Amino acid sequence: MPSRMTHTLTRLPLVAITLIAALVAPAVQAEPETRETVLKNGMKVIVRPDNRAPVVLSQVWYRIGSVDETNGITGVSHVLEHMMFKGTKKVPSGEFSRRVAAAGGKENAFTSRDHTVYHQQLAARHLPLVLELEADRMRNLVLDEAEFKKEIQVVMEERRWRVEDQPGSLVYETLVGTALQAHPYRIPVIGYMDDLKNLSIEDVRAWYKRWYAPNNATLVVVGDVEPEAVFKLAEKFFGPHKPSVLTARKPQNEPVQNGIRRVRVKAVAEEPTLTMAWRAPTLTDPEREWVPYALDVLSGVLHGYPGARLHTRLVREQRIAVDVDAGYDGIGRGPSLFLMGGSPAPGRTVEDLESALREQIRLIAQEGIRPEELTRARSQVIASQVFARDSIGHQAGMIGNLESAGLGYRNEALLLQKMREVTPEQVQQVARELLVDDALTVAVLDPQPLPAGARPKGPPSGVRH
Amino acid sequence: MRLLIILCAILFAPLAQAKLPIQQWQTAGGSRVYLIENHGLPMLDVSIQFRAGHAWEGARPAGTASLTSHLFAAGSKGMSEQQISDRLADTGAQMAPTVDDDMAGFSLRTLSSAAELESSTSLLATLLSSPQFPDAILEREKARTISGLKEAETKPETLVDRAFSTAVFGQHPYGRDADPESVARITRDDLMSFYRERYRAGGAVVVMVGDIDRAGAEALAERLTGSLPAGEPQPWTLPPVAALAAASDARIAHPATQAHIQVGQPGMKRGDPDYFPLFVGNYILGGGGFVSRMTDEVRQKRGLAYSVYSYFIPRLENGPFMIGLQTKRESAGEALSVVRETLSRFMAEGPTAAELKAAKSNLIDGFPLRIENNRKILDYVAMVASYDLPLSYIDEFTAAVDAVTIDQIRDAFKRRIDPAHMATVVVAGGDSPQ
Repeated sequence: MPSRMTHTLTRLPLVAITLIAALVAPAVQAEPETRETVLKNGMKVIVRPDNRAPVVLSQVWYRIGSVDETNGITGVSHVLEHMMFKGTKKVPSGEFSRRVAAAGGKENAFTSRDHTVYHQQLAARHLPLVLELEADRMRNLVLDEAEFKKEIQVVMEERRWRVEDQPGSLVYETLVGTALQAHPYRIPVIGYMDDLKNLSIEDVRAWYKRWYAPNNATLVVVGDVEPEAVFKLAEKFFGPHKPSVLTARKPQNEPVQNGIRRVRVKAVAEEPTLTMAWRAPTLTDPEREWVPYALDVLSGVLHGYPGARLHTRLVREQRIAVDVDAGYDGIGRGPSLFLMGGSPAPGRTVEDLESALREQIRLIAQEGIRPEELTRARSQVIASQVFARDSIGHQAGMIGNLESAGLGYRNEALLLQKMREVTPEQVQQVARELLVDDALTVAVLDPQPLPAGARPKGPPSGVRH
Repeated sequence: MRLLIILCAILFAPLAQAKLPIQQWQTAGGSRVYLIENHGLPMLDVSIQFRAGHAWEGARPAGTASLTSHLFAAGSKGMSEQQISDRLADTGAQMAPTVDDDMAGFSLRTLSSAAELESSTSLLATLLSSPQFPDAILEREKARTISGLKEAETKPETLVDRAFSTAVFGQHPYGRDADPESVARITRDDLMSFYRERYRAGGAVVVMVGDIDRAGAEALAERLTGSLPAGEPQPWTLPPVAALAAASDARIAHPATQAHIQVGQPGMKRGDPDYFPLFVGNYILGGGGFVSRMTDEVRQKRGLAYSVYSYFIPRLENGPFMIGLQTKRESAGEALSVVRETLSRFMAEGPTAAELKAAKSNLIDGFPLRIENNRKILDYVAMVASYDLPLSYIDEFTAAVDAVTIDQIRDAFKRRIDPAHMATVVVAGGDSPQ
């Protein structure tokens, strides 16, 4: 049964998956040798050979996302991502996609709070083609106003599709905007609709000029390649670009929260949902810190494997919920949240569900966890690190996310080791000390009925407003 | 959801050329087994599939196939629901039931180290051979399913899917959808009789990809299928899907900001003689992502949608041909006109030589991406095997793509797609309801 919470807890599914993978990936087996170089203009190039198939994945990571935006231009990073397919001086609009497709490639791009990523996957021999195209659009984008006027309509359709008509997304947007009041993580990646309506081509041009530079980019290549050959290609295509002077980024630290916050969102739905979000630390020093690892294990014990606590107690035994979820992602450029939530079972209320979730935290805070729970959470970690190596996408995602967060891809194995060293006492301690009301925001979806006339099995025609 | 469907359609669609070293045999009970050894990583992927999807429910209430598949893990002989999930968690393996219109079964991804492999695969064998479908858990899961269905029925994406499916498939089993009323009627006897009829050794297809040798794979295949009900499931074939006799146009009110539009009719089946012309043609029409005609006309030229696409989902019988998009509700009429004109023009003129060349280039050069890792190989071979396609299909795929001509595409679309008999569904179209 698909969890209704999926959307709520992973506002950006792709990114969330790779971040989780970053925490549970490598170690046991001998690692494939990953090589790195930095071009004279400051662009970093990281290559991991994987010759299991004659294919390659190329990703250019720009360290620019909604975390860098301000009110009035929210969503500009993502709009620029769309415009990057609209032509350069040499390569006309749409031609980028046509050339990659004609080489048998798959390509796309995504924007998150922390970064904007352009990726292509194709036969390894075509790598020069995509590197040349990427290098070209790093500096030579046209940003034509007529193209922008059409594309901004597309982005508004995307916002309608992802957010306006998705109750879970509306709740999450409101939840984050309530939990965080100063840090720009409160800004939705896709931007507010009103900002999209008022965005100008000049806003996009300024953003491009300011942030699209070799010294704000990392090239990650995974696949059937030789690192030295990739370095040479990177030098050939990206090397001629001059670096930019990058604007200093301020921390914009969120002030301490001093009391519980509650918010309700009305939307068309059948049942209510509940999401609880505690402010939580983000990993900054992988060697010395332990709290983020303990929080990750805590979320694993609660909801990280078949038969874990939340599902067993709340869905199977007490039947208070039809779905539950928990999650924590401590890797990123800004503050983290520890999330729990679910949908109450028919006849139960969100208040019942909140009490039941709080009871599960209380149990761990007071009584700790059983040894086999820790073992099971670790078993998922160990197995997942092997499974992730079947996918070059997972491998590239791990490298890029760790780099983007400032942790460094070389710490992949350290992160894994640290997670395996978490003790039951540490899990108990973070449940007791961090999951407290003063740091909590609670969001409830208040379901609104469909107007009369909208019926699932209604008459096939003639039903109009 | 829609993206998932597109991904599946792409994944299950084409492929061939790179020679996959497939070993093939049958178990004592007649299950077909396919093995691709790959010892590069210490892991094994296993798929076991049966003709046990939604379309085989017969007179049982709609939703029986899904619940059966979902409730294997609710209890087996000698193991409770909690014991099953604890044992799975101890191995670190990922095991999930799969179900679509035609097929149902399991996929298992496990470490290949001795203890984990033994524990996870014997667990799957136990689940398959002695499901108990306990009444108390059945009632709980029915309640959860009904709750999920009621929620889904408030969403425009569900409303459009359902109305489209009804309009295209009518009374055919492909047109059935579970609803709260049908799920409420499901009994333990329905699940047990469905299991005994459909999950039979003689109809099972087992695929293994990864770190296991032939002897180990033979033993594993026997263990997974040896205790299943014997023989082949009956019936073994579905009734044919009738072409639409007339156009239909359903409009469903909803307060969403975007209209959800689907246009289509019955398409083609696996192994269809027109498969390659329709598949290559559809890449050009609306299957090729950013480079398709639909995307060009609807998104690039007019900014009307974030996502617009067309696809065929080939099934045992003719699955859907569908063009879909979402656009702000006041643009529904314009978007629908553009879609119809784009289809008509494509059918009248066929693709250009340049379009066909680009399509072939993508599908042939992109072939390695379809079998680049264990998971993709598993899914691809499982598709070929489940649909009784010859293994040569894989090796001959790129040649078959390369042989397609403009005339063949125009001819196949003309015979198989009738713009005068399209089913159209629009949810939340028109001016704002307020």
